[in-house]
Amino acid sequence: MYTFSSKLKTLSYILMALGILGIGYGFYSAPKDIQEVEKLLAAESHGEHGGSKHEASASATHHGDAVSHTELAVDDKVEASHAEAPVGVDAADSIKEVQVLPLSDLTKGREKAHVMTAEEEHTEHLTHVLHQLQNKPWSAFYVACIFFMLISLGVLAFYAIQQVAQAGWSPVLFRVMQGITAYLPVGSVIFFLFLLLSGLHINHLFIWMDPEVVATDKLIANKAGYLNFPFWIVRAAIFLVGWNLYRYYSRKNCLAQDDANDNLFYKKNFKLSALFLVFFIVTESIMSWDWIMSIDPHWFSTLFGWYVLSSFLVSAVTTIAIVTLYLKSKGALEHVNTSHIHDLAKFMFGFSVFWTYLWFCQYMLIWYANIPEEVTYYVTRIDVYNLPFFGAVVMNFVFPLLILINTDFKRISWVLVMAGVVILVGHYLDFFIMIMPGTVGDRWFIGISEIASILFFLGLFIFVVFTAMTKVPLLPKRNPFIEESKHFHY
Amino acid sequence: MSNKVIYAIYNDDDILMDAVKTTRAANHHIEEVFTPFPVHGLDKALGLAPTRLAICSFLYGCVGLSFGTWMMYYIMIQDWPQDIGGKPSFSYLENMPAFVPIMFELTVFFAAHLMVITFYMRSKLWPFKQAENPDVRTTDDHFLMEVAVRDNEEELISFFQNTGAIEVKVIDKH
Repeated sequence: MYTFSSKLKTLSYILMALGILGIGYGFYSAPKDIQEVEKLLAAESHGEHGGSKHEASASATHHGDAVSHTELAVDDKVEASHAEAPVGVDAADSIKEVQVLPLSDLTKGREKAHVMTAEEEHTEHLTHVLHQLQNKPWSAFYVACIFFMLISLGVLAFYAIQQVAQAGWSPVLFRVMQGITAYLPVGSVIFFLFLLLSGLHINHLFIWMDPEVVATDKLIANKAGYLNFPFWIVRAAIFLVGWNLYRYYSRKNCLAQDDANDNLFYKKNFKLSALFLVFFIVTESIMSWDWIMSIDPHWFSTLFGWYVLSSFLVSAVTTIAIVTLYLKSKGALEHVNTSHIHDLAKFMFGFSVFWTYLWFCQYMLIWYANIPEEVTYYVTRIDVYNLPFFGAVVMNFVFPLLILINTDFKRISWVLVMAGVVILVGHYLDFFIMIMPGTVGDRWFIGISEIASILFFLGLFIFVVFTAMTKVPLLPKRNPFIEESKHFHY
Repeated sequence: MSNKVIYAIYNDDDILMDAVKTTRAANHHIEEVFTPFPVHGLDKALGLAPTRLAICSFLYGCVGLSFGTWMMYYIMIQDWPQDIGGKPSFSYLENMPAFVPIMFELTVFFAAHLMVITFYMRSKLWPFKQAENPDVRTTDDHFLMEVAVRDNEEELISFFQNTGAIEVKVIDKH
């Protein structure tokens, strides 16, 4: 039996405490009204932030007030692409369309355009920035919350694949995977509470929930049959309950198999896992539209479900590898050898390339088609989130490609941990740039709110996962493939 | 001196792997192992030097990537620039995303083909080459280990019969 070392436990407490303090500070320091925002902007305009730079980029986000941006709304890239647009399309017309589509309450602003005074314009702009800044601590919390929950979900899916494939190499790692999925119920509850708070309009990450927006935005109004709070929250409940049920019963069967005389529980788990995988791949796609893509409700991508899947699956395998290496270094997991580690590293490498493939597919199709309502998604990310956007590609593709392509490196613990940390940070960034542009626009910053949210969930994750590890023996001794797994040698 | 070898034949790759390990532990010299399919870890068990084919493959891939980059630059930008989908080909960098699939394919093409050709050359294989297979069953479902005999024929035969071989025979190689 593994014992949760007191050092690690203390570390998890410290992380959680720091996280709570930081999250609290984030909410506390968010501006309360437009007067504060005005002061903030005034202070900023003396700094490096040019006013016009902000205007141009902010328009690409949600709560954009169209009026002040009429000329600047379309940034250089879109404009450039329009200059090359087919003859016959009135330039002004197309620009107008670009504005309308990515924005939500823009239509409203546009209607009022001619009756607005400069004063009102200014106020509306301030309100817009206020909303972004008030969203910021919520978004930071949301990104970390969904990221850690999806890691445990990814581990669950990876585990189910091992069961269904009747893999011979991995049974010695089953208890590690089950330990990591112990975070899923905890993460699900926090996440579901967050979704409820969104529904109660305590936060405003999902603008399609705002009836005023739906009333003035034709595109969102058309999607209201699907994107409405009751249906959305029911879906979320079904998905979360379904995943947790599989986790519960699969673990129960696996433990029961330890003391069994036949392989009945193993066979049960096989069937259960196959059913779960079907349920998972459908719900995973829908969950990615509901919880991430709907933050930009005008934009859609048909491979988004795969893209999100690849991102959290590689994070999940990386987490399994890091936790395994940690446990191994503490003397637990005596049957795990470098061949098991090597296989995990191969999956890290493979899924990193898979992520890049989907990243590029999504990017290139949208870039090539150049349809205004689609390209705004990338225009915002490249203009306003340039460093994290391309930084994520370097961290999630170039770095793992060059480091993990070497066979020998896949067996060296410190290389793997270093590559793993870079991959995890890179995929956090990936989720960051999926969620942040739609909620805080150009007001993003990886500051106290963001780091504190990560620390809090990391602490909670470590605490829950390693506590779960101490509950049961780390070797599923009666698994039919356990001998093969113990002697796995590559 | 006679050039005698022992052919120990197995019908399972796991038994073969164990046999290879015990044979090496007993300090008998394994000349060669014939298998119907690649057996994972056999090269390590045999104590062969790590393959350098992967390094070649990486280098070939780099050549392919460079070739793809140059080819797309020459075809699409320099030689015959066109306006495709409102994206005139005036600058390599601005049109690069459209070239990535081709560059990727050429990387794979170069790495795969040149690696196979290198492998054939290193293994001294070419079309119409006479097979050097000692027993046709190794192309179907049997595994064969060839071990040199040095005045210890009887000892070796009993040794291999204990390693789970289904057949042990002594052959005079010319």
